[in-house]
Amino acid sequence: MSLSKKTVSELSGLYQKNECTQKDVLAALSEAVKTKDADARKIHAYLNPASITPRHRKADQKSPLWGVPIAVKDNICVENEEITCASKILKGFISPYNATVVEKLLNAGAVIYGRTNMDEFAFGSSCETSCYGPTRNPRDPERVPGGSSGGSAASVADHTAIAALGSDTGGSIRQPAAFCGVVGIKPTYGRVSRYGLIAFASSLDQIGPITKDVRDSALMLSVIAGYDPKDSTCANVPAPDYTKVLGQSIKGMKIGIPKEYVETLENQDLREQIIDGAKKALERLGATVDIVSLPHTKYAANVYYIVAPSEASSNLARFDGVRFGFREKTSQSLLDMYERSRGEGFGAEAKRRIILGTYSLSSGYYDAYYLKAMKVRTKIKNDFDEAFKKFDVLMTPTAPSTAFKLGEKTTNPLEMYLSDIYTISANLAGVPAISIPGGISKKDGLPMGLQFLGKPFDEETLYKVSYAFEQATDFHKKLGNVK
Amino acid sequence: MSYLVTIGLETHVQLKSKTKIFCGCAVEFGNSPNTNVCPVCLGLPGALPVLNRQVFLLGLRAALALNGTPSQRIKFDRKNYFYPDLPKGYQISQYDCPLGQGGFLEVEVEGKVKKVRLNRAHLEEDAGKLIHDQFPDSSLVDLNRAGTPLLEIVTEPDLETPEEAYAYLNHLKSILKSISVSDCDMEKGHLRCDANVSVRKNAADPLGKKVEIKNLNSFKAVKAAITYEIKRQTEALERAEKIVQETRLWDDAREKTFSMRSKEEAHDYRYFPEPDLVPFSVTTEEIERERKSLPELPKQKKERLILQYGLSNYDAELLTSDRKTADFYEDSVKLAGSANAKSIANWVTGSVFAYLGEHSKTLEETKITPQLLADLFNLVQNSEVSLQAAKEKIFPELIEKGAAPRKILEEKGLKQVSDDSALLGWISEAIQGNAKVVEDFKSGKESAAMFLVGQVMKKSQGKANPAKVRELVIKTLKNV
Repeated sequence: MSLSKKTVSELSGLYQKNECTQKDVLAALSEAVKTKDADARKIHAYLNPASITPRHRKADQKSPLWGVPIAVKDNICVENEEITCASKILKGFISPYNATVVEKLLNAGAVIYGRTNMDEFAFGSSCETSCYGPTRNPRDPERVPGGSSGGSAASVADHTAIAALGSDTGGSIRQPAAFCGVVGIKPTYGRVSRYGLIAFASSLDQIGPITKDVRDSALMLSVIAGYDPKDSTCANVPAPDYTKVLGQSIKGMKIGIPKEYVETLENQDLREQIIDGAKKALERLGATVDIVSLPHTKYAANVYYIVAPSEASSNLARFDGVRFGFREKTSQSLLDMYERSRGEGFGAEAKRRIILGTYSLSSGYYDAYYLKAMKVRTKIKNDFDEAFKKFDVLMTPTAPSTAFKLGEKTTNPLEMYLSDIYTISANLAGVPAISIPGGISKKDGLPMGLQFLGKPFDEETLYKVSYAFEQATDFHKKLGNVK
Repeated sequence: MSYLVTIGLETHVQLKSKTKIFCGCAVEFGNSPNTNVCPVCLGLPGALPVLNRQVFLLGLRAALALNGTPSQRIKFDRKNYFYPDLPKGYQISQYDCPLGQGGFLEVEVEGKVKKVRLNRAHLEEDAGKLIHDQFPDSSLVDLNRAGTPLLEIVTEPDLETPEEAYAYLNHLKSILKSISVSDCDMEKGHLRCDANVSVRKNAADPLGKKVEIKNLNSFKAVKAAITYEIKRQTEALERAEKIVQETRLWDDAREKTFSMRSKEEAHDYRYFPEPDLVPFSVTTEEIERERKSLPELPKQKKERLILQYGLSNYDAELLTSDRKTADFYEDSVKLAGSANAKSIANWVTGSVFAYLGEHSKTLEETKITPQLLADLFNLVQNSEVSLQAAKEKIFPELIEKGAAPRKILEEKGLKQVSDDSALLGWISEAIQGNAKVVEDFKSGKESAAMFLVGQVMKKSQGKANPAKVRELVIKTLKNV
């Protein structure tokens, strides 16, 4: 078996026993990228061959991440690398500094391997809005890998990376993890530093790992989580070793299924496997599963599509052609330069969200849109607080469908937005949520994601239940390359 | 016909912090362009702001000294607009929850005290600078200043004359300097002011259309621009023209204001809470601790000096205009004895201020110390030197070189002569050369004696003890 197919923990074991070298691993990955990512199947998880620039620094060889190649989404800054958020407007921008997560990984001995494709500025759920062209789903190249961290999820599923970093603003880690049949966690807001993550919506963004199994996820989060004085929103709460809870019994654990999620679920396949099937599996493990209500769920998408674009419209103002990135050079005046640089530099979806957000924040509309949305956001958070008084975790499908076909939703933004319907609440409430392989569709053989949501800063319970489910079902091993 | 004038001022004060408001870059004036910068103040993608605690404390001190109510919840907002000197495309400021709410200043104009209410004082970051004169067809951006901490202090529309505005600014400056919140150095742009001016006919009328004046680079410019604007607006109204709500720029050279943009072109700043900074609470204890640590403010100090030393209102005002002068004065009084407080005040407001004015220097830029001034005063007090010689011969040397007064006195041989025989010698010489004066005196013209005293002072090169000379002259004349 190629070294590229190893998990983080397997690879770490081989290193400890001196059974392989870093060079072997990098060679295996390089071969995998060549045969699968770029040439024959054109999965295109990485931006391009130039974006693969492995870097490593001296570190403790006993560290579980030592020598492990990790792919990084193109919105996380790596020193002296071109970081573009898959947007033309940032072409040519070389980051002079490392994101805190990159620093932490390098200090732990990990190899920052290459930069993966994404929806432009993380605006999307299919990885089709990238200026580098779309990424395809390794399980079925006719289908999208999900988004916006589509490249990161595809690289892990396709074994062109051992693990990857993504970012999640409304489901951008979990939905692609579900579509590609891998594990993705959005940690609690404030659990992982955002310093060096190019902001989409500052109050919703979190960085998290995308991995082949739950143990790898726990290993990586243990390294990247924790306080960062450079990020005021990063909580000063100690990060535990998340692997310690793996294997603990979930007997007596109380799991809630939000009825509002089940009521709207039209996909029969998902209902049978993710709701009914997972419920049975968890009950067999000793957990009790019951229905819970999150009454404000129906407003989540509306709230999200006001709050997120509002923040984005402001966050993206710095891309103005003045100091870095793309500048339209024939402009005749300052205003002309702004308009043409931004007009040509941003893609259609980015412009759509900037316009939406600018409108919501405008004088005369602010109270009706942004302010109202923030009030409802508090109610959504209160729903979770209430639910967690009775339950340890909540479970839902990660997405309302399996991976859809390329081009299927590009002409209908609203339908594209609704593919995040089950994931956005976690961002609005700030709670942690994980997606793991929860079943295999009988209809198309594609992976289906099971999502667990937890209490703030209680990623440990998420890992405990996810690991128990994974070990009992082994869906992660049953998934192969379908086509 | 006379009009009622309404003026409000918005003043940006640079806070005295070593580092910027949201990053660790140094706040320094005059460095090479784009050297005091980092990813945060450059607004690079992915960089995040972290509030400098020192800046918050400086703002809190200012809010307290200006009689404001400090907000117990500190929150920042984004003010969104595009300009090349604004690297993030938004300015981090405070919108609906300013650090200081309300407050007032009591300003003295022509002997009358005027209470100027404050609307608010809030923290924000400064923008960078554009340089337009290096190339004909492009401008350069220098971001050294970006992220410099500012406190914006906004008055209520309580001011009614250019003189009041001028006095308000001076008083504001003296308070902020006295509590070490800002150096208020206008040349370095530490204090920048915009003025809102409107006029109306009657008190019963609603306020006139407000005109905002920008580009006021000195207190004098503020006064001149307001004066100009009142005239422009009243003349327009006299011609039955309408005043438009707009922003105008002051042109210092031409002494006129020019329209910059109208209300229709005004920005919609799309304020919203800054999601990168977490709001935090300030406890009552923290606020009280800061309040207690405030030094005496200029107005309190002035009142105390009048009571404690019996100074005139005028002298007390002069001595408390800035804290260093007041400290210098009080330290000198301590050394010379408080019985001499008035004489010391005369020295400071007289000789010291004259020197500073003549040489355009500040007190710290000279060599004078309270000890040196007290020593000089004591020499005069003990009749070792005449006041005249002290002022004209010793003081200039003392303030320029910091030399001990006794040493100067000895080197220059200025020791006062009180010895009878020496004085009598000069007196008889004077009498011999002025026989008519003696007659005048004898015929009852007492002032004639003073002429002789002056002659003796001249002969002694100012060294003779004038009181003694006078006594001896009269005695001698009576015996002739």
